[in-house]
Amino acid sequence: MAKRKVAVIGAGMTKFMHRALETPKELAWLAARSALAASELKLKQIDCVVLGSAPDAFDGVHMKSEYLADGCGAWRKPFLRCYVGGGTGVYAVAQAWFQVASGMFDTALVVCEEKMSTCQPHPQAAFLTIFDPITEQPLKPNLLWIFALEQTRYMETYGITVEQIARVSVKNKRNALNHPAAQLGAKLTVKEVLASEIMAWPVHRLMVSPTSDGAAAIVIAAEEVARRVTDKPIWIQGVGWCLDSAYWTNRDLAYPEYVEKAAWMAYRMAGVKEPRKEINIAEPYDPFAYKELHHLEGLQLAPKGQAPKLLADGVFERNGDLPVTPSGGLLGVGNPIAAAGMMKICELYWQLRGEAAKRQVPGKPERGVAQAWGDLMQVGTVVVMGTKKPE
Amino acid sequence: MAERIAIIGIGFSPLEPATPACSFKELVFETAQKAYADASVRFDEIDSFVTCAEDFNEGISIFDEYTPDQLGAVQKPMHTLTQDGLHGIADALMQIRSGIAEIVAVEAHSKASNVQTPDWILDYALDPVYNRPLGFTPHAIAGLEMNRFLSRSGITGSQCAQVVVKNQRNARCNPLSAYPLDTDLAQVESSPYLAYPLREAELAKSADGCVVVVVANEAKARKAPSQPLWILGSGFATDSPTLESRDWSNAEYARLSARAAYRQAGIKSPHEVDFFEVDDTYAYKELQHLIALGLYDKPAKAGRAIEAGETRQDGKMPANVSGGALGMGLALEASGLYRVVELVLQLRGKAGERQLSRAKIGLAQSWRGVPTTSGAVVILGVEPPRG
Amino acid sequence: MIQKFAGTPLDKQKSRGKIFTISYEPKLSYRWDSGEAIGRYLEELKQGRLIARRCDGCQRVMIPPRMFCERCFRPTDDWVYVNDTGRILTFSLCYVSWDVRRLKQPEIPAVIAIDGASPGMGILHLIKKVRPKQVRVGMAVRAVWRAPSKRRGSVTDIAYWEPVKQTEEPR
Repeated sequence: MAKRKVAVIGAGMTKFMHRALETPKELAWLAARSALAASELKLKQIDCVVLGSAPDAFDGVHMKSEYLADGCGAWRKPFLRCYVGGGTGVYAVAQAWFQVASGMFDTALVVCEEKMSTCQPHPQAAFLTIFDPITEQPLKPNLLWIFALEQTRYMETYGITVEQIARVSVKNKRNALNHPAAQLGAKLTVKEVLASEIMAWPVHRLMVSPTSDGAAAIVIAAEEVARRVTDKPIWIQGVGWCLDSAYWTNRDLAYPEYVEKAAWMAYRMAGVKEPRKEINIAEPYDPFAYKELHHLEGLQLAPKGQAPKLLADGVFERNGDLPVTPSGGLLGVGNPIAAAGMMKICELYWQLRGEAAKRQVPGKPERGVAQAWGDLMQVGTVVVMGTKKPE
Repeated sequence: MAERIAIIGIGFSPLEPATPACSFKELVFETAQKAYADASVRFDEIDSFVTCAEDFNEGISIFDEYTPDQLGAVQKPMHTLTQDGLHGIADALMQIRSGIAEIVAVEAHSKASNVQTPDWILDYALDPVYNRPLGFTPHAIAGLEMNRFLSRSGITGSQCAQVVVKNQRNARCNPLSAYPLDTDLAQVESSPYLAYPLREAELAKSADGCVVVVVANEAKARKAPSQPLWILGSGFATDSPTLESRDWSNAEYARLSARAAYRQAGIKSPHEVDFFEVDDTYAYKELQHLIALGLYDKPAKAGRAIEAGETRQDGKMPANVSGGALGMGLALEASGLYRVVELVLQLRGKAGERQLSRAKIGLAQSWRGVPTTSGAVVILGVEPPRG
Repeated sequence: MIQKFAGTPLDKQKSRGKIFTISYEPKLSYRWDSGEAIGRYLEELKQGRLIARRCDGCQRVMIPPRMFCERCFRPTDDWVYVNDTGRILTFSLCYVSWDVRRLKQPEIPAVIAIDGASPGMGILHLIKKVRPKQVRVGMAVRAVWRAPSKRRGSVTDIAYWEPVKQTEEPR
């Protein structure tokens, strides 16, 4: 369907940290520079810059896209910032994709950044302001509520236990031990996860990703440029995004329909008809342990309610039939919101090029899917990447 | 040749100092209905949606949560840009040309009346380490720029003041204007300094409003009942965000945006454009932007041109016939789209008392306000692009 | 291939007193126009009632009320009073406040499907007067209103929701 073919030709990221010395601008610069170096392009060969960054409230700057612009390499360039809450890190790739696929630009530098530690006394408090100011904020809601409410619904609907969910934390934190940039890699057992304090039942502390500072970036290019620069371009085969209604209390949270719709939009574009067979690696968004399972089902990689069983059967381990979150994910590497989604894109890039070092999944994977999520249980953003150029 | 893209419908509300009777959702819903009716599309025929909004202008974090319902975008591809509405139009155009959508709706609105501490919000946009601790009003950044601009260009304060008079006079013929005033030059020139040499009367006042634009590919545009307005060119750019390393006299973001738009449109001279709608958040900005758009070979001529009446409605190069922000009101991220409203009305011959006799090609330009150096340009025409 | 990842992590203890920081408390103040739908919702809350809107297109009775149906994309048609009773669609026991203080007694947020509205039409609120371990999905609950003189036209005019006792008839 799409006319112009676009590939990822370089990726880079900073460490993900609980608190970084660097300013937001410096974090963006470090990631952008790293991606640019990996692509072997010079900044002047970058035609446009796309920034993905989630609420300005964390970094503590209004219109933070403007503040971050020079750190992203956007001086005197076409520049814009796209925003779909937590879905931003993967959506930014879709945005940059259509900017290049349109023919308006041949190359794009896509930078995602978040510095949550700026927000004091704790970044979590800023999440109060995402709720409806009139119908919800007076109840003093907290971010943990919406995840816990959704997890309860998911568990109740399909008969899933917390033990099954805890395995996600075990897998991802263990995977993260092999990620040099990770904040929270750890060797844990299910018992240890469940022994961690309950934040908001049924969510335990070790099932929650941390707030983080960090940035990640990629360079994408149209086919002609990509071929000149590298012999291993990773093609953007499909992109999809879908935003559901803000009336989240009117929706059944057991299944993320918006992730399914975004996934099919990307799969259709990529020519993928049987995702479970044709996808070799998945990096779904895992801000909370159960979310990875919830999203795998939305991504059509597990039947509804069945992801926990497949996880317990070892299907999703790095050496399993369908490796899921070989990076270590948000639970293990860290969660600087938009940068976390981009980290998953970087992971697919490195995995598909065989450059993921100790995290490398075996068997020469050819196609992967990255997915991010955000807002009030609302947005799915999906990118399919692969070693084969799309038709 | 690049695929032709057109605006096939537009909906807009009059700008008003306040809109207490409706929530922002209700305002956007009404405006979207008007736009879709104008475009003769059903909401479910629209493939993708874009909102242009900033969290701190809305007072809600992750504001994009609250965007789909009132546009008919539930469970559709929808995203927010933290940019002006003209960036949104560029986004829509790129989506369509990539093949991922055929019809895209772009929305921006302003509920500036709900913001109780606007200057503090602007202060929050300043660099937290180097600038905010100095504690100056953000409008001083405009004062600094205006001072350098006047000194380098030879334009006078009085010439800038005349922008206020012209635009307010134009706005008296604009039923969409929130502030139909009629200030005379003496009043402007005796208004107190906000940040020397910028006077209080030279700052546009904020207003509430909403604009929704429907953008479509050629196949859909040819089917639409009302005359499509072809997007001949679209450009956007950002200069230096840091105060310490910027060019304080030229609006480089406007020059770069326009250069891209002119090139796409095959326009060799700005004089091929019939009229301009540019940002005039501060009066001097109108002149600075017209210079950046290439209308004058020497900056000082911009000052002489306004004195000679050349940018009036009956002049040889009308600028801000709508009244601009100084005349109509400043609509946060929707400001650029109100410039597009005027383009559409003029190109369709529906501008009433403001109708220009020559209105085949119009240019809209936006700027994101202090402390930014970001802006965009859109060129619309009644004829499709040649080629 | 990347060998090193840039970034300087700060350790809370080790960096105390050694890093320059700048503090800033933003002044961000807003007054949101509630508009027609929510304006009426708040007025009715002050009167001790819950009100919804119906869309004749999809026949849904929606709460919180809205002047337009987001599915049919048309104006909604009628005001409909709904009951101040409902069933828990989902709930949680939260031991951390919004500003990250540890709570001894958990807050119990819930999405409550309101009787009289369409199935699955929930609102967010808090459950009290129940032992946390006894809360269940599907539990019948009813609103406990503040005294009329204390109501301000806010969602907190309902102080909390409590389980409907087994021996009582649901209202």
